Amino acid sequence: MRQRIVILGAGTGGTMMANRLRKAHSLDDVEIVVVDRDDDHVYQPGLLFVPFGLARPAEITRPRATQLRNGIDLRRSEIDRVDLDAAAVHLADGAPLAYDTLVIATGAELLPEDTEGMTGPGWGERVFTFYEPAGAQGLAAALASFPGGRLVVNLVDMPIKCPVAPLEFAFLADWYLHDRGIREDVELTFVTPLDGAFTKPLASQRLSSLLDEKRIELVTEFAAGEVDGAGGRLVSYDEREVPFDLLVTVPLHGGPAYVGRSPGLGDELGFVQTDPYTLQSKTASNVFAIGDATNLPTSKAGSVTHFEADVLADNIGRFMDGRPLEGGFDGHANCFVETGFKKALLIDFNYDTEPLPGRFPGAAGPLPLLAESRLNHMGKLMFQWFYWHVLLPGRDIPGIPTQMSMAGKRPAVGADPGG
Amino acid sequence: MSVQTIAGSPVEVDPEGFLEDPKQWSEGIAEEIAHTNGIDTLTDRHWQVVRFMRTSYLENGSAPSIRSLGKLSGVPIKELYQLFPKGPAKLAAKIGGIPKPRGCI
Repeated sequence: MRQRIVILGAGTGGTMMANRLRKAHSLDDVEIVVVDRDDDHVYQPGLLFVPFGLARPAEITRPRATQLRNGIDLRRSEIDRVDLDAAAVHLADGAPLAYDTLVIATGAELLPEDTEGMTGPGWGERVFTFYEPAGAQGLAAALASFPGGRLVVNLVDMPIKCPVAPLEFAFLADWYLHDRGIREDVELTFVTPLDGAFTKPLASQRLSSLLDEKRIELVTEFAAGEVDGAGGRLVSYDEREVPFDLLVTVPLHGGPAYVGRSPGLGDELGFVQTDPYTLQSKTASNVFAIGDATNLPTSKAGSVTHFEADVLADNIGRFMDGRPLEGGFDGHANCFVETGFKKALLIDFNYDTEPLPGRFPGAAGPLPLLAESRLNHMGKLMFQWFYWHVLLPGRDIPGIPTQMSMAGKRPAVGADPGG
Repeated sequence: MSVQTIAGSPVEVDPEGFLEDPKQWSEGIAEEIAHTNGIDTLTDRHWQVVRFMRTSYLENGSAPSIRSLGKLSGVPIKELYQLFPKGPAKLAAKIGGIPKPRGCI
């Protein structure tokens, strides 16, 4: 009998999964339906460059439909809820869409309203986020006319998409202000709820010293509870204050609201409760999740989603055949970290191994790990091409395995592997 | 790892004073860790949070973040900071005898 796979979300994960599954299964055996609320597929890593005039939203956005192979049915609708018992998705117009297998790929949403005052006075004037196109573009205008003063970069709390992006923003701001000739007139401050620049020890040390070299002040363990846009103050729950003239914030993230309306599907933040190795839902065997939508303890990043897609496409085939799933996902993440002045770091890690120094891919690889280089910066810029032409169509990147490899990495002796 | 005597019992603690083995915990130990960290008396509200942290850890193998704690424990985040100054999740974990919450990702 013909099976129906329903995929919620036509972003990075949904598009990759639809294309991989379409390649793997014939039209006679499997029907694939993808649901998304709009037709704008944004290359999200490109948003980082928009505030500095290095990219425009139109250049990083393409129609969702054209990223999908033939034989995939794309439906445009909001999602009301998923009924796990009835195996049906209720769309906003009330029509139930039955599935044999469901893939949740609806990502993470920004929740600026969840922080007191953030969307109040000053929002879009001196308080911005570059995590969505309109905010990134508004920030570009604000930065271009910024006369100098206190520029504060803050992430409110984890988890966020692309955990290194706020640091990259600070590094690029340092470069941008330098080029504008006003770096000396700006006090640049990075404010984080973490106890260091980043979550993993070695990378945190390396990134801290970069902040230091660039004279970016680091404020740690700051749990932002309130934004006072009118008074230019960022206030923590324990009543510390950081003054700002321009605040670049990364708001709280959560899963989409429909997850909360679907009993059993998500956790308290709206992320799908997912097995970290097989990517199967912890509550329903015919439901799977990928990318930012999951609650997995790894980065919410496109590279992670790409590695997950390889494991998940295989596991969905296994599930439909009644064969046991394979726990092949290891939390692998691979991220370029822009550091300004046309350089970047590269980090490669998984659930068990923190980012380590060395070479990539493998000991003879051209890219240095956890060290600045021009080639890493070129890699970051080239990645957009790979995204549209290799990742989304569901191909593998030659030389980059799904599971993290220790080849080329130099483990720190006696170090805590991090977690 | 070292052995420390807390409330009369020898317990294994990590370098930051978190219990290595949640089974060695007792309410007396909780009270004493609270005192050493500047909390004079553990009120019912403190206990609500400490017990919630401990139960979550024992059931799921990980302790909730501050955000999750604010949504699930019945105590709003602002009050969590009043009850456990500076780091509610860390301090409540320490008092509850479970390992330091890992800022993962």
